Amino acid sequence: MTTSTTRPASDYPPGGDAFRHRHLIGIAQLTPWEISYVLDAAEEWVDLNRSGAAKHDDRLAGLTIINAFFENSTRTLLSFEIAGKRLGADVVNMHAAQSSVKKGETLIDTAMTLNAMRADAMVIRHGSSGAVQLIADKVDCPVLNAGDGRHEHPTQALLDALTIRRRKGKVEGLTVAICGDVLHSRVARSNILALTLLGNEVRVVAPPTLTPPAIDRMHVTTFTDMDEGLKDADVVMMLRLQNERMDGAYLPSAREYHALYGLTPKRLEKAQPDAIVMHPGPMNRGVEIDSSVADHPTRSTITEQVEMGVAVRMACLDILTRRQRGVAGWN
Amino acid sequence: MELKPLLIANAQLIDGDKPRPGSLLVADGRIAALDPTEIPDGTETVDAKGQWLAPGIIDLGVFATDKPAFHFGGITRAALMPDAGPLDHPGLVERAAKGGKPDLWVHPLAAATKGLAGKELAEIGLMKSAGARAVATGRSRIADSGVMRRVLAYAASLGLVTIIHAEDEGLTAGAVATDGEMATRLGLASAPAIAEAIAIARDLALVEETGAPVHFRQVTTARGLDLIRAAKAKGLPVLCGITPAHLFLSDTAIGDFRTFARLSPPLRSEDDRQACLAAAADGTIDVLSSGHDPRGPEDKRLPFAEALPGMAGAETLLALGLNLVRDGLVTPSRLFDMLAATPACLLGLDAGRLKVGMEADLILIDDGTPWQVDAKKMAAYAGNTPFDGMPVQGRATAMWKGGLRIR
Repeated sequence: MTTSTTRPASDYPPGGDAFRHRHLIGIAQLTPWEISYVLDAAEEWVDLNRSGAAKHDDRLAGLTIINAFFENSTRTLLSFEIAGKRLGADVVNMHAAQSSVKKGETLIDTAMTLNAMRADAMVIRHGSSGAVQLIADKVDCPVLNAGDGRHEHPTQALLDALTIRRRKGKVEGLTVAICGDVLHSRVARSNILALTLLGNEVRVVAPPTLTPPAIDRMHVTTFTDMDEGLKDADVVMMLRLQNERMDGAYLPSAREYHALYGLTPKRLEKAQPDAIVMHPGPMNRGVEIDSSVADHPTRSTITEQVEMGVAVRMACLDILTRRQRGVAGWN
Repeated sequence: MELKPLLIANAQLIDGDKPRPGSLLVADGRIAALDPTEIPDGTETVDAKGQWLAPGIIDLGVFATDKPAFHFGGITRAALMPDAGPLDHPGLVERAAKGGKPDLWVHPLAAATKGLAGKELAEIGLMKSAGARAVATGRSRIADSGVMRRVLAYAASLGLVTIIHAEDEGLTAGAVATDGEMATRLGLASAPAIAEAIAIARDLALVEETGAPVHFRQVTTARGLDLIRAAKAKGLPVLCGITPAHLFLSDTAIGDFRTFARLSPPLRSEDDRQACLAAAADGTIDVLSSGHDPRGPEDKRLPFAEALPGMAGAETLLALGLNLVRDGLVTPSRLFDMLAATPACLLGLDAGRLKVGMEADLILIDDGTPWQVDAKKMAAYAGNTPFDGMPVQGRATAMWKGGLRIR
């Protein structure tokens, strides 16, 4: 099933020119070849991660990575922590609940405090769009955006692209339906940017109350009818619907949402027979996705996405710290 | 203090269709004559060296008494919005009115409702006696149409204009930008631009019914301006204003999450911006003001949605207004109608024009001097300008308040 589409290193500009960014704030700043460069690098880490007991590489030994999460997260935090540790870095996690943020310290002050501790990289998640950029502008080390408000979640889009590429043999020329709460979703925005940039047809399938205004300006087609939106899709990407959206403000109820927009086996038949089903997790089974679809042995990629997440984050941490580590060609 | 008579000679007077060479005599703090033939003994003479002589700017609707910024900007009087305080009590109004004297006159705007909560009428009559020159709804509108109707009728009976903020609170709840590609790409909560037209439409219906005079402090959308245009054609007592931000910036200015461009109402689409320029040119927009709202890093160095709206605008108001003249959209005299004469009329002041008997609130303007807006070097107590780095032309070089030289 897996087709290798990794390019030879000679296809990329030499050294640091292959990825010319100090931080990873969003997909919006990346070029198609930079995305492809990260995906290729991640492929190596997939192999290492599957290699048995000794899943370790010490290239980041001695580096300190701070995971500063101002918004709750389990899987992304864990994924970044494992990625950092597999590369030999000292990884420290800071949760907002334990931090001085709750005591009224401003975000910039917190960032300056972390900066003074001489971190070699920071991974930041924050509930406000633009917050990670704000921090990146103030600190001396590379900053990786682990999700800022509704704005971007670049490593999620990269891991999704890697998952698609491994399953479909390519991540171009495909029809991808992104379904659900697109309005509040940073995962959707980063995926729209990445997948359109790589040359896929992207559809947004969402109730009108959860469709962002002017989203067509991001080169997508919008659908409010789920069956129509799924027609002949190669990839069905479901989004998590947060409980607070279902209380009447955006949607009448969970059961009505399931009736109109839930991914059932019957609905999935509208898509290509070999269409894959993706979900960034955590899932609301029985709301946006039926268990039989989520657990489908060949079509669901949900656990594979989690696996790719670690590999992609290892690749990002490796690439972004090359300058500090004095890797040849990365000055 | 006895003031000597003052002659400002060799000036270009802004009192007609176009600037004209002339001189102006000030005595006892008032304009005594234009192009005087007899000069009293002991008159002090100032050579304007061909600069424009205009009425001091009357900045309608500022959020702070920020004297250095106002003086830099050629602003001699400012109408203070009731939000700080809020100004809902005669004592507070009286104190605010004394805030800048003698070299800056502050005209407090009375809060329309107690605590600006939009529920109960504030003591508008007592606040008028204490110095309030108009009534204002503050940063937001009065949601309850019944309350708004009573405010309008009550203020009108006292001869006061009600200054309105027009945004529908249901549509704008939680929003920090206008619906559009920029807000969607940045992942910012946004509201449709029609939030403005909806609010204006309601209040125009109330104006038609009560006959109360109103001023929409900022009208920033094509649809909102169309409603104002139609209301004026009908003869309704309606004025509207704008700040330079909505004339010269569109929502692309919020790219990179620039919090200095987080404003209320939020910056609009380029189409709406063009409609604002057209409305400035055709006379639909009556007032140009700064919306001066200086905010330090504690309010602005935050993620975009957490930052507070507002800009420091007093220093750039004149220079950006002169852009309208240079672009051929308004004449110099119409610019000063927007900056001084109309605000004076709305507030009931003997000022705002180069006319005998008016208070001698005067500025000299070098309309050609280029300078660059620099957020780090502002006279205002915070430099939150969305125009940071913009090259502009023209500034006030001298000013008098009631015949008293300020700078």
